[in-house]
Amino acid sequence: MLVNRKLILAHFWLAFAVFGVALTLGAWQMFIRSPIGTWLSNPELYYRSLTAHGTVMGYVFPTLVAMGFGYAISESALEQRLVGVRWAWTGFWLIVIGSVMAVIPIALGRASVLYTFYPPLIGNVFYYLGVVLVVVGSWIWVALMSINLRVWRKAHPGAPVPLAMYANVAGSYLWAWTAVGAALELLLQIIPVAAGLKNTIDAGLARIFFSWTLHAIVYFWLMPTYIAYYTIVPRAIGGRVYSDSMARISFILFLVVAMPIGMHHTFADPQVGAGFKFIHSAFTALVALPTLLTVFTICASVEIAARLRGGRGMFGWIRALPWDNPMMLALAFSFVMLGFGGAGGLINMSYQLDASIHNTQWITGHFHLIFGGAIVIMYFAIAYDLWPHLTGRELIDIRLIRTQLWLWFVGMIVTTFPWHWVGILGMPRRMAYFDFGDPAIAPQALSVTFSAIGGFILLTSGIMFIVILARGMRTPKVDAGPYRFAIAVHQSATVPVALNTHALWVALMIVLTITNYGYPILNLALGAGTSVPAVYVGAQ
Amino acid sequence: MSSEQAHRSVEVAARVERRWATIAVIIVVGMALLAAFAGIHRATMPQPRVETTDPSRIHLSGEFVESNLGSVLEANGNVTVRAIGQQYSFTPACIVVPADTPITLRATSADVVHGILIQGTNVNTMLVPGYISEQLMRFTKTGDYLMPCQEFCSFGHEGMWGKVRVIDKTDFANRAKAGGRLSCVGQ
Repeated sequence: MLVNRKLILAHFWLAFAVFGVALTLGAWQMFIRSPIGTWLSNPELYYRSLTAHGTVMGYVFPTLVAMGFGYAISESALEQRLVGVRWAWTGFWLIVIGSVMAVIPIALGRASVLYTFYPPLIGNVFYYLGVVLVVVGSWIWVALMSINLRVWRKAHPGAPVPLAMYANVAGSYLWAWTAVGAALELLLQIIPVAAGLKNTIDAGLARIFFSWTLHAIVYFWLMPTYIAYYTIVPRAIGGRVYSDSMARISFILFLVVAMPIGMHHTFADPQVGAGFKFIHSAFTALVALPTLLTVFTICASVEIAARLRGGRGMFGWIRALPWDNPMMLALAFSFVMLGFGGAGGLINMSYQLDASIHNTQWITGHFHLIFGGAIVIMYFAIAYDLWPHLTGRELIDIRLIRTQLWLWFVGMIVTTFPWHWVGILGMPRRMAYFDFGDPAIAPQALSVTFSAIGGFILLTSGIMFIVILARGMRTPKVDAGPYRFAIAVHQSATVPVALNTHALWVALMIVLTITNYGYPILNLALGAGTSVPAVYVGAQ
Repeated sequence: MSSEQAHRSVEVAARVERRWATIAVIIVVGMALLAAFAGIHRATMPQPRVETTDPSRIHLSGEFVESNLGSVLEANGNVTVRAIGQQYSFTPACIVVPADTPITLRATSADVVHGILIQGTNVNTMLVPGYISEQLMRFTKTGDYLMPCQEFCSFGHEGMWGKVRVIDKTDFANRAKAGGRLSCVGQ
């Protein structure tokens, strides 16, 4: 029952429009710093572009997808009209205003601080205020998801919350809490300095606050993808979810352990001691658990579909899968990229191995493979799956859709594999150009060229994606029927209270954040004499 | 499917699932134990201690005054290297160290966040203004190593490349006899 289709479409269209812009900037960056581009006479343009690319891809695009998808889940899984539509539009417009407010100083070169902020570099205050507005807009969505679930519970006392909504609300709580770290950094530290009220800032403390957001935000990006794995893919390929409770446990684990692990981003930092670095490393190993469980459950669910289609044998069933179905294709690509990206992630979070690749191009390769690859390819799949239900029109270009997904997969591999390699060779991140004439850097030239070519393959695929969706707005009207989610093989009539509510897990998430972050933050905040003079960007 | 069959298949599904969950937990715990073992037994770990410094005064007094930057041979035969990062260079821009010697790198930033990475090694640390970074290192091969700044430090970041020159142990000892702080700047 999708009633507020305009609201959902507005979120998706804005998401994909800004994605298109940021993708173009990304491809340009890959080209301009590669040996096939010519050196930029003004390297500052590169950092403007990089700030815009990161801000849009990190804060605006995935947030809008999660919000639009969240509203769609709320209406269709709960079979209940969205409560608070006016608030939802308010949230949407806050994001529009915030994005514009942030982009103007970036475009003027007044906020080239990258999306990770990294004070004591300080940009124009409107950049940070814009980001705050985007987050506030998304918090309205968090509140609405919670309220809609509460309304539904009142009407269905004791009934199991549909898995899609259960996961969606877990994701929204994760986001609400993880955004607090960057919010504290912005409100308590950066904005007073950017507004000229103060002129010193503790850079070490800021990095700890940011790590609170920086890692768990990745799991917020991941949520729509995992919801699609569990609740869309099995239905789309004619299978069943292997286990409803294991799915719930996975989402709960993400909620609880995605948060207190962010300091693995600061292994190489001087402002935290070895103890908390180790604790965060061990907790990061824990976050592999929900992914390992998911891989098992989804492979088993897919196998069910294959066997229902007549697949036989230990591995023979793989051939019986509907490989011409875009959802099947997207899932397979997503899993391959998740596998490689996840293996790389284990190296990044390792207490010892991180030093070999910290802040090299390996890291950029890693998160592009995981986020841009495994996660975003499922955003495409979600859009393709939902589109007919939102527009009331059919997507007829199935071949084009398959080509688009193939290109994204190939493009991402061609981009990120050489990217990892040059990282191992020690190539640093975020540089506007490299002197490939230097004999020590020359061996990296070929790899960087491949990455740049991959960037253009991705751009081609991204353009095709937008074209397919736009054409889908003009095809003849069709009744797509109600939007449904996959059901479990053994759908039980009751679910244990712990797997049907969030309160306990949210409490645990907050407690673990306090135990893992409380002491380091207090220690840095109360320790005097570590505030340093701000360095204003564009004032030099 | 009869209800008894359905009941049995639920049990089978749950058993397979439990088995996999056990394997997953073992993998995760194993990784954490391995990291703990290597950390304690081989003393391989990220910087353990926190030390602070005031970047607005480092040029006036303390261990990071200009005359104290560079490499020094300690009485016990080890070498200490002191360096700072600032927009957009390292001081000294060329660090000279002996091969096969335990070296302590102590560095900090004079302005924004920088990073030190020595290519071809796993020497890699952030320079955060207000804090002192310390890394233990040891080179086995002589030669020149590139040392780029690995963190965005504003518009000149792409030009912030230093160098580490590893020389023979006896050469270094000879040069150290003259006293003072050694570097390979301008050589």
